[in-house]
Amino acid sequence: MPMPELARVVITGVGLTAPNGNSLAEFRANLLAGRSGVQAYEIRHVGKTLAGVCSYDALRYQSKKDLRRGTRAGSIAVYCANEAVKDAGLDFTRYDPQRIGVFPGITEHGNVETENEIHEVAKYSFDLSFWSHHHNPRTVANNPAGEVTLNLGLKGPAYCLGGACAAGNLGLIHGAQLLRLGEIDLALCGGVSESIRTFGIFASFAAEGALAKHEDPTRASRPFDKARNGIVVAEGGCLFALERLEDARKRGARIYAELLGHCVNSDGTDFVLPDAAGQNACIRGALKSARLEPAEIDLVSTHATSTPSGDVIEARVVREVFGDGPRTWVNNTKSFIGHAMGAAGALELAGNLPSLADGVVHPTINLDEPDPECAVPNLVANAPRHVGRVDTILNMSFGMLGINSAVVVGGLRA
Amino acid sequence: MTEEEVSLAVKDIIQTVAPDEDLSQLDPDVRLREQIDLDSMDFLDIVMELRKLYGVQVPEEEYKELATLAGCVRYLHPKLAGKALHCAASA
Repeated sequence: MPMPELARVVITGVGLTAPNGNSLAEFRANLLAGRSGVQAYEIRHVGKTLAGVCSYDALRYQSKKDLRRGTRAGSIAVYCANEAVKDAGLDFTRYDPQRIGVFPGITEHGNVETENEIHEVAKYSFDLSFWSHHHNPRTVANNPAGEVTLNLGLKGPAYCLGGACAAGNLGLIHGAQLLRLGEIDLALCGGVSESIRTFGIFASFAAEGALAKHEDPTRASRPFDKARNGIVVAEGGCLFALERLEDARKRGARIYAELLGHCVNSDGTDFVLPDAAGQNACIRGALKSARLEPAEIDLVSTHATSTPSGDVIEARVVREVFGDGPRTWVNNTKSFIGHAMGAAGALELAGNLPSLADGVVHPTINLDEPDPECAVPNLVANAPRHVGRVDTILNMSFGMLGINSAVVVGGLRA
Repeated sequence: MTEEEVSLAVKDIIQTVAPDEDLSQLDPDVRLREQIDLDSMDFLDIVMELRKLYGVQVPEEEYKELATLAGCVRYLHPKLAGKALHCAASA
């Protein structure tokens, strides 16, 4: 039996906070201007390090009590959700609240709150009568999504998609799937991360020899550059308003992009090390689902995190898949903001969406001496490039335990 | 601590737990939950702050003593005798 034609799904709103911007307009402007959001940062036990830190107005949509009770990831999700709703011009009174879904991708959740609580109870010699009753609601894996439902009074499915650093695409993919199944009418989906608030993530990357160091914080994240020496951890969030094309047209919504295809797969090879074959298969899977050839992709948004070995593997995959495409441009966002973990994929897609309208590709920055081992064809380096037209974008994210995700979006076609 | 200081201590804890509330007009004899937005989790926070700041353990069956500001002062005054006032929220 042939598969029924699937409903077309479009992005009609973007709410985000990145280390270099608290709206899509501000973020995009800084990506085009080459402005980094990485800064000096200090966290207990690790001491002085670097991070991408967000400066959104947390009190815009939450009370002080909400912030005290909830989590940073929850607050980021609430901010992004409200901004996406506003950006999309959504009127919630026109929706059944049970048919609005909230799906943030997360790399991890609960580490920040658990570390905080252990440090607190340690002050009282581990007398557990001092252990907070807030611990469970803060650390449950649906916390960021659930905080959005509390804030907006939503009644539909709301949970997080745990996918290590591939998670930023997972929310979008899951939202699209439920829209196509007819289970929801609107999704607020993307990714969030509060990871800079846990010392453990810095310490663990440092132990792996994968934590970036540089005397100038803004130059520390340098994917594909010869002098790269590791990841800059960042916080952030980006939630998209996602709906069926038919519904978006009915309400006269502005449409940023159509989701043309996607793929999620696994390497099945290693806890930490990426695998070129798995990444390659994921990208080709996304192209197949979008019914596009590699040369039909105008912009590839890479995942590269600025680690010595990861970038080499990813560059090889980009060469393998897109090496023959004369008009396939490549860029990277982590060079500006560091690695926003669960939010990375969503932010990286968001920052590139405007290129579908303006034909400008933002660069990867800090590429002073390209590493020959990371040679990537048509890499837009250090300055934005007017490429004429961008009709299609492929956005890829890869994570530990070998999870890979890719989405293909395009400008709206007839 | 004097009764006045106990009242200050309690109000300071409430301000920490409910930072959006204006406590200047609090009627000591009216139930706190009728005057400000406090739910059961907030109440547990208040009990936790009493434990952390003053080493006071409030058993669950005595929570009802903390329903009003005047009740808090009555109940806590003997327990806070000889303790120094900490003010975090309004310091």
